[in-house]
Amino acid sequence: MTDPISLHLVPRSEARQTLKDFKTDQEVRWCPGCGDYAILAAVQGFLPELGLRRENIVFISGIGCAARFPYYLNTYGMHSIHGRAPAIATGLALTRPDLSVWVVTGDGDALSIGGNHLVHALRRNVNLKILLFNNRIYGLTKGQYSPTSPIGKVTKSSPMGSVDAPFNPVSLALGAEAGFVARTIDSDRKHLTSVLRAAAAHNGTALVEIYQNCNIFNDGAFDPLKDSETRDDVTIALEHGRPITFGTAGEHCVSRDANGRLQIADTAGHDPVTHDAHDPDPSSAFALSRLSDPATLANTPIGVFRDVERPTYEAGVAEQLRTAVAHQGHGDLAGLLAGHDTWTVGTPSSREGNRHA
Amino acid sequence: MTGRPAAGRAKAVEVLPQVVIRFAGDSGDGMQLTGDRFTSETAIFGNGLSTLPDFPAEIRAPAGTLPGVSAFQLQFADHEVVTPGDAPGVLVAMNPAALKANLADLPLGGVIIVDSDEFTARSLTKVGYTTNPLEDGSLASYQVHAVPLTSMTVEAVKPVGLHRKESERAKNMFALGLLSWLYHRPLSGTERFLQAKFSRRPDVLRANLIALEAGWSFGETTEGFAVHYEVKPAPLPPGRYRTIRGNQALAYGLVAASRQTGLPLFLGSYPITPASDILHELSALKNFGVQTFQAEDEIAGVGAAIGASYGGSLGVTSTSGPGIALKSEAIGLAVALELPLIVIDVQRGGPSTGLPTKTEQADLLQVMFGRNGEAPVPVIAARSPSDCFAAALEAARIATTYRTPVFLLSDGYLANGSEPWLIPALDQLPDLTVTFASEPNHDNDFWPYLRDPDTLARPWAIPGTAGLEHRIGGIEKADGPGTISYDPANHDHMVRTRAAKIAGIGSSIADLSVDDPTGDAEILVLGWGSTFGPITGAVRRLRADGLAVAQAHLRHLNPMPANVEAVLRRYRKVVVPEMNLGQLALLLRGLFLVDAVSVNQVRGLPFRIDELTDAVRSVLAGSHRPSTIGPAGMFGGAS
Repeated sequence: MTDPISLHLVPRSEARQTLKDFKTDQEVRWCPGCGDYAILAAVQGFLPELGLRRENIVFISGIGCAARFPYYLNTYGMHSIHGRAPAIATGLALTRPDLSVWVVTGDGDALSIGGNHLVHALRRNVNLKILLFNNRIYGLTKGQYSPTSPIGKVTKSSPMGSVDAPFNPVSLALGAEAGFVARTIDSDRKHLTSVLRAAAAHNGTALVEIYQNCNIFNDGAFDPLKDSETRDDVTIALEHGRPITFGTAGEHCVSRDANGRLQIADTAGHDPVTHDAHDPDPSSAFALSRLSDPATLANTPIGVFRDVERPTYEAGVAEQLRTAVAHQGHGDLAGLLAGHDTWTVGTPSSREGNRHA
Repeated sequence: MTGRPAAGRAKAVEVLPQVVIRFAGDSGDGMQLTGDRFTSETAIFGNGLSTLPDFPAEIRAPAGTLPGVSAFQLQFADHEVVTPGDAPGVLVAMNPAALKANLADLPLGGVIIVDSDEFTARSLTKVGYTTNPLEDGSLASYQVHAVPLTSMTVEAVKPVGLHRKESERAKNMFALGLLSWLYHRPLSGTERFLQAKFSRRPDVLRANLIALEAGWSFGETTEGFAVHYEVKPAPLPPGRYRTIRGNQALAYGLVAASRQTGLPLFLGSYPITPASDILHELSALKNFGVQTFQAEDEIAGVGAAIGASYGGSLGVTSTSGPGIALKSEAIGLAVALELPLIVIDVQRGGPSTGLPTKTEQADLLQVMFGRNGEAPVPVIAARSPSDCFAAALEAARIATTYRTPVFLLSDGYLANGSEPWLIPALDQLPDLTVTFASEPNHDNDFWPYLRDPDTLARPWAIPGTAGLEHRIGGIEKADGPGTISYDPANHDHMVRTRAAKIAGIGSSIADLSVDDPTGDAEILVLGWGSTFGPITGAVRRLRADGLAVAQAHLRHLNPMPANVEAVLRRYRKVVVPEMNLGQLALLLRGLFLVDAVSVNQVRGLPFRIDELTDAVRSVLAGSHRPSTIGPAGMFGGAS
């Protein structure tokens, strides 16, 4: 992999790395069958490809099942507090541009308790890669509905069905000015890896929503996207520069109706729109994010919705620090402490008349 | 423009040992600026001084109303002063509201200078005056100078050709010129200040300079002021001085700590009164490599500071009481991670939003105990505005040496108050050099929780260090390897170890020193934080009256110096004045079983010296009645 701009300050590894280099001796404690295993394997398999020195990679997580992730990666890592990982990662990324900083979070962690930090990280465009494991349920607290659970979801805390309208994380991120937004699925290692690759190459905040199966509390939530019988008809794979078609034989497409709105149509008789992930205008990406039905998952786009460069926060910060030094010189502490208005008190014999303004 | 116009005839000069002036006006009248400038002139003249800005939370309350009154009090003297004064001897009131809001604090016989132009029927009615106090005889017991400040200012600056509104705005400089004449203050510093401030508005600059000069000349020529006053310089220790406000000193202390530790300074903060000036000061120091991050909320502010510390910066977050409440969980995380972090609490009146612009010291128990679990955090407090500098260095020493969050307590009075400061020499600053872990510490492994046997601090291994990759978090860790551990015995051991680490800081701090000049005092007055000035003033007065009184003041609240219990037991009575309902007293009783007597007030203002002297006398006489609510009330009738 070539050295992406987002990582140009991170030292590269001289030795060739393998998946094994990124494993730790910690016993993995997710439930057997959890989608997190597949994501972990994909990340461990992908990191060698980045070719960065292991000690310059940091994974920071909040709280929840997904947040155990850093323990299983032989990099630097911090398992912090609920919802706050983007804030902690921001402080680290701002002060250490030589690090590749990743945030691992879940739908409750990122979108409920930590929603504020997520949207502000996205708008600032700090160089963070945020992996949002979305299983549409609270797993670690044993099965309450989450901010991505569909209306009507029956859980321990919603025995008559949830009346909360869910977030669409991709729409939310686009609304929060995200420069990079993608969606992928835990079970599709190839797709997951390709999205990770694109996220790592993006200079600025990247949000990757990963549909992840919780086989204990929300098993099969994404089956329509995984079942070989249905997946081709419900999944819209986005590829930059390619017409957006789907279905087993490409018989469906995304086209524009008479009002210019995106619609699902038959390829025969309709012109598919061409996906432009680099479009500076986010409205098409947003319209794509609205195609899916949260209840049935029909028409769910996966892939990179948006990948647009804009100035990163840390570049702006670093530029101001440089400018300040260029204009004022390196800080002189003695001068700072003295300030502009000083006076001198002499030794007792010389005190009188020894003051000056 | 340094020479003053020659006096038509020399006026009498009276020498005074000290003066207390209060400037009061509408929030938009520039009283804080006027006070600041008078303070600078006074400092340069060499007087001892202390200031108390006192302003409302509203930026611009309706003009001319009581809630909109903003005031600035300062005491200056021919000796070192420790408080801004109990009561002003001179009140400068720019309108009827300022007169009404402040008159009760002025002793009979005090001097009142008012802007008579503002005493119109409409302004008087607005604050409930049915007759004009300048004319109805109600001020007969004071020395009143009714001066048409507004109209004289407008007249003086007419040649500049500004609009009337802009002309009127220079009236605070007219008042400053007059007061500067009255007390022999040099104007040159203010002239330089105005030149810098209005360099892009030459017309406004000219108007302000003219008004300042006109005020001075008016004093010199008017029949109204027969005498002017001189307050000789104070015999301060030799050296180079400046004035400094608490928040400024605190910010500079952090920059000095960055230099002394060799760590880049990172401040994660969210604006909150009265702490925001720390963020402002540091934001202007980017050429020192200082990074300031204005976060989306209080939690993100501390979170980012923790992230920066993890990466090897000196991570700091600054806030006030409500912000501490929000940051508590993250501070607990820093306790578990055992990373350095400085948490600044510039206390204000509470609970909840409370009194944002007023002072209080009621967060002591919050910072001591306001976290889940056994989460001990060292606590230190600054005692005066300039002392905030040294306190910041001490906070950095503890945080980096012991790898722990540290609370640094200031308050609204220290934050905005100012005093002369003997500028420290850089080579006198403490060496706080930090060493990061660089190699494996356990066979060929790195154990992030393998502790230094002396300090119990764990190694600080920052990302980017090859071979030391490790994972840390808020879940309990096995002591040594730092891996997740739910083992009961390990948790018990870790809780005790973290407590022992913080308690061990006590061995690195000096004993509490007691000022007991005669050595036979029966009573000790013990304080912490910004009560230092008033307590010192009260103790001096009591001693002047022949009473033997000992005084001590705590910098370290957690852990306390090793000799505190012995000191407390040496005295028959221990009095603890606090701007809360007895929080330190509760700690002293709990820790040492000592019958500490609380003296409390929570008016949002510093103690007055007279109320403290009265309280100490009443404790000695056995007639003191501690408050009956709050922590102090638990020991009702203790004395």
